[in-house]
Amino acid sequence: MKTLIRNGKIVNPRAGKSFVGSILVEDGVVTKIAAGDMNAAGAEAIDASGLSVVPGLIDMHVHFRDPGFEYKEDIVSGLEAAAAGGFTAVCTMPNTSPSCDNIGTIEYQLKKARTEGNGVRLFPVAAASKGLKGETMAPIGELKEAGAVAISDDGKPISDSSLLLRVMQYAATFGLTYLSHAEDLSLAKGGQMNESYFSTLYGLPPIPSVAESIVVARECLMAQYLGLPVHICHVSTKAAVDTIAHFKKLGVKVTAETAPHYLTLTDEAVGSYDTNTKVNPPLRSEDDRKALLAALKDGTIDAIATDHAPHHERDKNVEFNTAPSGMVGLETAVPLLLKTVQDGHISFDRFVELFTAGYGILGIEGGVIAEGKRADLTLIAPDYQWTIDKNMFLSRSRNTPFHGFHVTGAVFRTIVGGKTVFSRTY
Amino acid sequence: MKHLLGIENLNRDQILHILETAVSFEEINQRQIKKVPTLKGISVINFFAEPSTRTRMSFEVAEKRLSADTYNIAVSGSAITKGETLADTALNLQAMSPDCLVIRHAVSGTPHMLAQIMDCSVVNAGDGFHEHPTQALLDAYTIQKKKKRLDGLKIALLGDISHSRVARSNIHLLTKTGSQVVLAGPATMMPRDVEKLGVTVTNDPKEAVKDADVVMMLRIQEERESGLMYPDRREYAKFFCLDDKLLAHARPDAIVMHPGPANRGVEIEDHIMDGDRSVILEQVANGVAVRMAVLYLLLGGSNS
Repeated sequence: MKTLIRNGKIVNPRAGKSFVGSILVEDGVVTKIAAGDMNAAGAEAIDASGLSVVPGLIDMHVHFRDPGFEYKEDIVSGLEAAAAGGFTAVCTMPNTSPSCDNIGTIEYQLKKARTEGNGVRLFPVAAASKGLKGETMAPIGELKEAGAVAISDDGKPISDSSLLLRVMQYAATFGLTYLSHAEDLSLAKGGQMNESYFSTLYGLPPIPSVAESIVVARECLMAQYLGLPVHICHVSTKAAVDTIAHFKKLGVKVTAETAPHYLTLTDEAVGSYDTNTKVNPPLRSEDDRKALLAALKDGTIDAIATDHAPHHERDKNVEFNTAPSGMVGLETAVPLLLKTVQDGHISFDRFVELFTAGYGILGIEGGVIAEGKRADLTLIAPDYQWTIDKNMFLSRSRNTPFHGFHVTGAVFRTIVGGKTVFSRTY
Repeated sequence: MKHLLGIENLNRDQILHILETAVSFEEINQRQIKKVPTLKGISVINFFAEPSTRTRMSFEVAEKRLSADTYNIAVSGSAITKGETLADTALNLQAMSPDCLVIRHAVSGTPHMLAQIMDCSVVNAGDGFHEHPTQALLDAYTIQKKKKRLDGLKIALLGDISHSRVARSNIHLLTKTGSQVVLAGPATMMPRDVEKLGVTVTNDPKEAVKDADVVMMLRIQEERESGLMYPDRREYAKFFCLDDKLLAHARPDAIVMHPGPANRGVEIEDHIMDGDRSVILEQVANGVAVRMAVLYLLLGGSNS
């Protein structure tokens, strides 16, 4: 089967400068890239003129609730949402029920994605500790064998530093990186929003930003001591950014991600008492948001990941302190990040790097358009104006604070292994 | 005005209008027959999802004196103990077409959530650490009665500000009417960046009380993070209790207030609480008139 993507602006920063060109895909593999138009007899042609053609995006941090909470999201609906958001690959976090601390759960997820999914690549992240309890190590070697690409207790930190040290060592034995949910639970306990003037004004129990940075510092020191990599999930504070920058300068192998909502909203938004603004880590201050924007540009933050956390409306339609944390992110990430491009914080090339960095961090094939490589491609209309409508989501959940936001830039087509898994016409 | 959810979103004129309206209701409370037909046929649900004596009684008295039909729900006797969500409870209450819901809840923002779900008026009778608007209004009413004004006064607010909805509502109200509010207490009890609300903060109670016209004490909330906010009652009393020595720094005509319930001997000495500078029970008395005014303004307009 042949597909020809014609006259798109190919933005492929790991290969060089962008240019208007065409890409021929045969049997799921890119076979030819050329400037301008191309002729290919018998190929299905996709007109990409006016669109940016970029390497398929990866979201290295999603929650698909399958098994256990399929009414919020299952693997099938999650992969549909990913495709609609422009993602050709996702890494699913292990806090399912049962959790991904056993090969049965990992195998179930991979099989369901393979047999029932739309083709978007699913890479499970396995639990670092048994039952995500932070007490004893999960069978990391076996989980790697089953297909896990990293380990994490995401949703929770490993509070016990002695266990953290051993988990990082043991995971390294099998070539896996620990993804850290950096949160000091004693500081965050009971908290509902970032501690700031706004928590004072709204009267909600506060979470001090130091609850994040103190653990980020510990993880960096641990990585430095062990000479091993560590990845920091959903960085939300200036202090964490400063800490990561410090350790990167020292040559410590620390990588970091942040989520679009930390770049778009601040703790002020919680004043609506809309439980869709409740997320962990919480929305932070304007100073934190600015520091994150700068960190995208200077490379302190390596990746954008959405922390896609679906919750059913009935779970969120409760008193603020009772509501679970999290918001869906897959289907709003691209336009929200394009705002940072439009506002001049980062270039479009950097935008692409941030959305494809997860491949490199986790050692997954992808992130570049090249002859002989997988044809995973995302076609983006950077200037298309639209309004986010949660009722149009392919995700099973609707918990977003971005409903009704006017945005510029949309995913028009998502291609995995040469096959279109999502397309939109306007 | 349909709801009273907080003081923050009221302006000075609205506040003063409520206080003026309360004057006429205070007169009713002094009559032999303390009842008027103003809200006859109006139904008001009192939903107190947190313990309360004063506020709950005060609302009920206010409602009954206005001839409203009042209905009380307690969480312990409600379907919430059977696992019904508050949103579902609200929809069911709504189906009975009440005119007003008076809600006390431990979680900040819950009255705002219910105001979105229900069609009736919602009165916030205290939500979490957020606001307690009728308390601030009755405090202001009391201050105005004693001091003949609400501007240009120095008001010392002492104690646990971080967990206090009374403090937040009073800060909003008194700064809007042009008085100076000074907070004092241990730093563990000061919420972050509280100065941005337009108040001054000090760790020294003497400095706060110095030349104050009003000394307002807040309750030490022992049920909240006990042992983490302050070492113990003894040490708290030693440094922060309102005693004669501390009160001596205030203006000679200063009044002493407390929203209750008070911890005698911890944040306030017995004889000051019971003394002639204390207006604590007058606050309670004025509370009925102020709540009558609020209910009248929210519910009386279209029905009277």
